[in-house]
Amino acid sequence: MAECSGIDSNPSSHTMDKSITLPPDEIFRNLENAKRFAIDIGGSLTKLAYYSTVQHKVAKVRSFDHTAKEAASDKLYEISVQEEVTARLHFIKFENAYIETCLDFIKDHLVNTETKVIKATGGGAHKFKELIERKLGLKVDKEDEMTCLIKGCNFVLKNIPHEAFVYAKHADSEFRFQTTNPDIFPYLLVNIGSGVSIVKVEAEDKFERIGGSSIGGGTFWGLGALLTKTKRFDELLQLASKGQHTNVDMLVKDIYGGSYGCLGLTGDLIASSFGKSATADKGDFSKEDMAKSLLHMISNDIGQLACLYAKLHNLSRVYFGGFFIRGHPVTMHTITYSINFFTKGEVQALFLRHEGYLGAIGAFLKGAEEDNPNQYSWGENYAGSSGLMSVSPDMNPMQRARSGTFDMLEMDRLERQLVNLPLLQDPSSYIPDTVDLTEDALAREYWLYCFEEALDGVVKRAVASQPDMLEAALRAEKFRQKYRHKLQTLRHQPFAYGSLTVRSLLDTREHCLNEFNFPDPYSKIKQRENDVALKYYQKAVKSLEELSWEERQFALVRGVLAGNVFDWGAKAVSDKCLIPLCAQTDCVVFLSERPWLVDSYNQWLERMKGPPHKCALFFVDNSGVDIILGVMPFVRELLSRGTEVVLASNSGPALNDVTNGELQILTERIAAMDPVIQAGLRDDRLMLVQSGSSSPCLDLSRLDKVLAMVVRERQTDLVIIEGMGRAIHTNYYAMLSCESLKMAVIKNSWLADRLGGKLFSVVFKYEVPAGKPSQDCETSTPS
Amino acid sequence: VGVKCNIAFPWFGMDIGGTLVKLVYFEPKDITAEEEQEEVENLKSIRRYLTSNTAYGKTGIRDVHLQLQDLTLCGRTGNLHFIRFPTHDLPAFLQMGRNKHFSSLHTTLCATGGGAYKFESDFRTMADLQLHKLDELDCLIRGVLYIDSVVSSGPSECYYFENPTEPDRCVQKPYTLENPYPLLLVNIGSGVSILAVYSENNYKRVTGTSLGGGTFLGLCCLLTGCSTFEEALEMASLGESTRVDKLVRDIYGGDYERFGLPGWAVASSFGNMMSKEKRESVSKEDLARATLVTITNNIGSITRMCALNENIERVVFVGNFLRVNTLSMKLLAYAMDYWSKGQLKALFLRHEGYFGAVGALLELLHPS
Repeated sequence: MAECSGIDSNPSSHTMDKSITLPPDEIFRNLENAKRFAIDIGGSLTKLAYYSTVQHKVAKVRSFDHTAKEAASDKLYEISVQEEVTARLHFIKFENAYIETCLDFIKDHLVNTETKVIKATGGGAHKFKELIERKLGLKVDKEDEMTCLIKGCNFVLKNIPHEAFVYAKHADSEFRFQTTNPDIFPYLLVNIGSGVSIVKVEAEDKFERIGGSSIGGGTFWGLGALLTKTKRFDELLQLASKGQHTNVDMLVKDIYGGSYGCLGLTGDLIASSFGKSATADKGDFSKEDMAKSLLHMISNDIGQLACLYAKLHNLSRVYFGGFFIRGHPVTMHTITYSINFFTKGEVQALFLRHEGYLGAIGAFLKGAEEDNPNQYSWGENYAGSSGLMSVSPDMNPMQRARSGTFDMLEMDRLERQLVNLPLLQDPSSYIPDTVDLTEDALAREYWLYCFEEALDGVVKRAVASQPDMLEAALRAEKFRQKYRHKLQTLRHQPFAYGSLTVRSLLDTREHCLNEFNFPDPYSKIKQRENDVALKYYQKAVKSLEELSWEERQFALVRGVLAGNVFDWGAKAVSDKCLIPLCAQTDCVVFLSERPWLVDSYNQWLERMKGPPHKCALFFVDNSGVDIILGVMPFVRELLSRGTEVVLASNSGPALNDVTNGELQILTERIAAMDPVIQAGLRDDRLMLVQSGSSSPCLDLSRLDKVLAMVVRERQTDLVIIEGMGRAIHTNYYAMLSCESLKMAVIKNSWLADRLGGKLFSVVFKYEVPAGKPSQDCETSTPS
Repeated sequence: VGVKCNIAFPWFGMDIGGTLVKLVYFEPKDITAEEEQEEVENLKSIRRYLTSNTAYGKTGIRDVHLQLQDLTLCGRTGNLHFIRFPTHDLPAFLQMGRNKHFSSLHTTLCATGGGAYKFESDFRTMADLQLHKLDELDCLIRGVLYIDSVVSSGPSECYYFENPTEPDRCVQKPYTLENPYPLLLVNIGSGVSILAVYSENNYKRVTGTSLGGGTFLGLCCLLTGCSTFEEALEMASLGESTRVDKLVRDIYGGDYERFGLPGWAVASSFGNMMSKEKRESVSKEDLARATLVTITNNIGSITRMCALNENIERVVFVGNFLRVNTLSMKLLAYAMDYWSKGQLKALFLRHEGYFGAVGALLELLHPS
């Protein structure tokens, strides 16, 4: 059954602090531009959804017209900060007790007069219909609960990486997040509301309720209230977590004296739920024990039915949701246990980070169909979202005191539609990140410390990037607080936004910077570096051309590596080499001698002696020396060999990474100096594409659709990934279906140590997929 | 069967479950004068005690209506008696065995059920008896097939409910269980075991559930203060579960047509009990009824899914949960028929809970 209406008892309101300590405008953000509303009112929680537009400052680059000599400065391009409007989805979850206060607040701040209708779903929608219509002056338009639920589920599975997780109570990290399988269908959704609905979902709009059970959350609550005289659902769960079911249940060993060996039934297995309460004196049973027994009985029963349905329909992905599950480790554990028992591990119980929002998301999507939200890609905004279990008092007392029981999810509409890189060997098992910090406590400690340490510098640079704005210091301070708070949250709950990784820490910082209108703190630094590096380009190319072929190949590789050392984001480098920007040759002193930490240069050289690649896709990293003196000469060599080159750079700024906008200008300037690059551009053999990302790392499963198309059309047979963020923190283990080259210098001594090397160790990883020996030389496979 | 065997009397089969001990006793009626003379006093006394009483101690009961007359078993003719008592009174039973010097008869006591293992040492120490332990599912299937084959006169062993979805026209009808395979055998004792049976010797335990007869009685005891199965059933027969359960129509005002759910279907068992006012307005009888309906329907659901997964259309329900429990049987018959759109047939057997004990007795006479 769907989550039902008319649950009269509010499960938690009466002991809750009713004052909202967080200012409501920090919760209901961007209301002034809100235009579409949806609401999902459940038995105890209300979920509000709206679409809004956010004005952002973005840094744009524009080329000076050098021929006209209009600019007095010798700068290559100008940077301007512009306002850009982006779309954002806001979802807020709060207790029904606040519904009236919240509606009043929304009414007071609602500006958009075009809004006439609010989509509503959930059992409580009927009960509060009149109140909503009166308070907001909007017409309540009811949507089918199950349809909304499924729509919402499809949406989060498609758009939020690490949405689904497996719960393992006794593991090092309780939450094991699943990699996003590009193909989300078919799956089974088991919604445990007051009853249970089992829904098979085969496609976006194709789903069927294949079964259900009347023994669900309502049974636990209703029967539990009768047995223990405890009224609240949460309290019942707490009782259960303290109880011993073996006092109430009849176990196999109570009947057999031990196990029932020949059937493989262990002695501790429950033979008869509540079986002991029929024989002993009634007074003997504690509330805790009865609640625990009831919890086991219901969880096992639901798990068993779910398994029977999964087997009958041959489905292996089973998601659990509904108020019985919602954020309760106790029920996630018992359901997981039951599924493991009944399927002997063949089926995994999966849970969703945003399970509570599914109905509201679905109702919103129903109302927004004319905007085609499903045509876009969306991304979770880490700055504006509360994270998993934000309102759990056990998990996070600090957060709870701050925001009461309000939980938020914000999703940004991405400019570009994101898809898999077609060259991934197995998209369903691809994991971008090299180290999962949720599982690696030592690494987690180090990186959280590292990011905290670096915060002062980031704040300083942010302020420095906006010298003309007086309030920049104030905003930077707000950024500091926000990001520090995020780091503190992640220290307590590493699982708050899915698996914690260096990438997610970096991305969260970028989201927070954007939130406070620091769109590109490095813009000026990048500009300066680009200007200086360009001056050395011709000299560098000339010196390379003077080398023999074999010397040149090595010099090119060394050039990319040396150029990459100049990364203002890495701690060791910004401490050590705030030296005047040097010529390429001067940088080489930092590099370690061969053999490198990972060294397949010989294989690469052999390969270069063979026929040219058809097309190389090059994921570039930093501005300045890196792109201009390291990458471009390398690209030039590839072009000269007859290989087409696709340069993929970030769509938006992140640290000192070169953006697509900047690279366009740089490439034009280089083309003006270099006939090889010029011919490449003219003949469409050198192409610049954007990655779709604004991260210092690289997720090959979320790339610009255009990039994917180009890769396919040009029959790309070589992927080059450069830099620590893209080739070590992420993609170090990525398996591609074509040849790949990963190049990076390890600019972090801790990480170098971890990988068994020293600071500035070099990783040069050339790989040929198994079964595809490179065209001409058998010996070239890395050993 | 026709060949006389040399197994010494008394012939017992025993099934020691989590809640009840089931005992079958073969009373020979063809004792010759010669045998009569040789028969030791202890044996006579046991025979007299068992056959001349219908109740033993405070809790032992002989189900006279199930007695099978003039049965030929192993070349002997006699009556098969069906006796039960609660498992927690097993010590009293052992004490009686000791008093009646049962061990002097040098008989093998064939026993099945978990208690055969759990209480094996008690049998030895308290009554000086050696148990021959047998697997309960083997015995169950053997017993079912045997009883069904020997009952020819009197009420049919196997029956079903005609028109299960129309309460006014729903009547019990005899069923001939010839060519019974494959069948799904659902044994509802304290817990539930579900077996797929393909032939006498080929079966598998498909699954089981801990929500069984023990759960019904256990919850009823806690919710209503009753203490026996009969009491709980009596209360259930007087109650109304719809006051306790939340129905589809309580949520949707009628049928939930989008998913083909009728308004009368239970959406949430005990769902109304989430509300304080409703908790205060229900009677103990309502609670007992709701418990019965919840447990029964759940067994029905799981059984139906197993039948679909195993591709079996005939389901035989046995076990003592169904004893004097027409309410549950009709509910199961209804649920099987309605949710399978008439595809599944629910069958029942008169000797409900005694098949394990019968199987144990057969093992004594014809070791497999």
